Amino acid sequence: MEQFNIELVDWSRAQFALTAIYHWFFVPLTLGLSFIVAFMYTIYYKTHDEKWKHITKFWMKLFGINFAIGVATGIILEFEFGTNWSNYSWIVGDIFGAPLAIEGILAFFLESTFIAVMFFGWDRVSKKFHLLSFWLVAFGSNLSALWILIANAWMQNPVGTNFNPDTVRNEMTNFFEIALSPTAVFKFLHTVSQAYIVGALFVVSVSAWFLLKNRHVLFAKKSILIASVFGLLASIFVALTGDSSAYDVAQKQPMKLAAMEAIYNGEKNADLYAFGFLNDNKDNDNFKGIRLPSMLSIMAFRDADAFVPGINDIVNGNAEQGILPAETRMAKGRLAIQALADYNKAKKEGNTELANQKLQLLEENYAHFGYGYFKDKEEIVPPVKLTFYSFHIMVGLGLFFIVFFAWMLYASIKDKVGKYKWVLQLSVWTFLLGIIASELGWVVAEVGRQPWTIQDLLPVGISTSHLSVGTVQTTFFMFLVLFTVLLIAEIKIMLTQIKKGPEEGDSHV
Amino acid sequence: MKKIFEFYWNGFRNMSVHSKKLWVIILIKLFIMFFILKLFFFSDFLDSKFESDKEKSDYVIEQLINN
Repeated sequence: MEQFNIELVDWSRAQFALTAIYHWFFVPLTLGLSFIVAFMYTIYYKTHDEKWKHITKFWMKLFGINFAIGVATGIILEFEFGTNWSNYSWIVGDIFGAPLAIEGILAFFLESTFIAVMFFGWDRVSKKFHLLSFWLVAFGSNLSALWILIANAWMQNPVGTNFNPDTVRNEMTNFFEIALSPTAVFKFLHTVSQAYIVGALFVVSVSAWFLLKNRHVLFAKKSILIASVFGLLASIFVALTGDSSAYDVAQKQPMKLAAMEAIYNGEKNADLYAFGFLNDNKDNDNFKGIRLPSMLSIMAFRDADAFVPGINDIVNGNAEQGILPAETRMAKGRLAIQALADYNKAKKEGNTELANQKLQLLEENYAHFGYGYFKDKEEIVPPVKLTFYSFHIMVGLGLFFIVFFAWMLYASIKDKVGKYKWVLQLSVWTFLLGIIASELGWVVAEVGRQPWTIQDLLPVGISTSHLSVGTVQTTFFMFLVLFTVLLIAEIKIMLTQIKKGPEEGDSHV
Repeated sequence: MKKIFEFYWNGFRNMSVHSKKLWVIILIKLFIMFFILKLFFFSDFLDSKFESDKEKSDYVIEQLINN
């Protein structure tokens, strides 16, 4: 795509990645902690045990700090849509409008209203209403995530819409097809459940620190028990939804799957790369490490004998497997783009018959529309090594979390949590591992789908606004400073609050 | 309405110094985001150049077919 300013595209991409990564430091903790404090308050509500009240209050404060610092950081992404990605925003506007409007209303009414009841309601509203406010905050936060993730899933798998050639906008034809597409459902379940892991790891990390300092021991042990149950369930669920997501990616975004596994030449009984390193070969001798026989075929198609297409198959085509070469799709894409131009010209000239012919040609080739902007077939390949390592480190950490939470739960039940100092020291750092896994999940999802903003229909290069590179660079560094300050403020305030521990009056816990 | 107002009023009034500092950070952040970044650096590209939806769609069509 030589006609685009690649520097502008890359800076716009870098800015979006920067804001999304920073935004995602805050979100999973909000989603995860909201449920954990709701569980804790529920135990207090059921048992009337004051210890649980103090435990709930402590974690609620940390939740509040994270919520306050992180709130509205996602709005910046919406700013960027309108400024840096105006072509893209125009083309998808109708699809994003509905989910984001619902998200805004839900976020405002559910979270903002009930978060106040949650914080100010102690001894001032009935316990039942207070309990309800905890759960509504948790569900409200997660519902907000739902709408954003539906919008993101549509970009990966654009269904339930119709492209209007008069306005060049995608118009929603079936809301439920968009909201309930397998991509949206699995993306939502996988994303929020990994956020629960982050929340649970945070509780375990802070509690382990208290145990290492021999402070608030009972409080820490009870917190670890709750977090371990929640974290273990979430980490098993993440593995299951991750498997379903991979299956969905195999059907809808085969190039992404090929990059995730760095598979160049497609094959039947394809192996899954379990642990190892890539070299620079662009064939299947590109990996040194442990392979799991046929597992990739099973993961991608639920069949050990299934053929899994590789990067070379998707770029060069594979007639036997019915995969069109990228160059054929590029030619069809150019036909579609020319048909759009001819349709608009014929319409302006009042030539209805010609306009209808061109419209039909556009519709016949619309599935390849975005390919028409590429000059070189290799442009359809995402960064393979980054996608591969991000995917494998994420999966490795996910499996580690299952073992970790299982051990913590066992140790909690057997009252052995504080027995091994090295386990506590490791536990303190697991929160960081959770954040890394969480961010890497987004790297896989977003880097793996390059070069598309909308899969097969709109490449990144055509999505950007015609701005000067300097403008985007300026705002990039402004965000870098703003978000770094916010992150430092969050860490500082959090650490101060954690060091204070449960309030003095609660020291008996 | 009065009860709701009092609920919020008393809630904010009785917050700890730490919580009040947190609110100051939130307000500064929102001010920077909405009154500095949005107004001066993040005007909507199409809104700033065109009046009507027709003009915007014509512009994006040009972008799509001439690239």
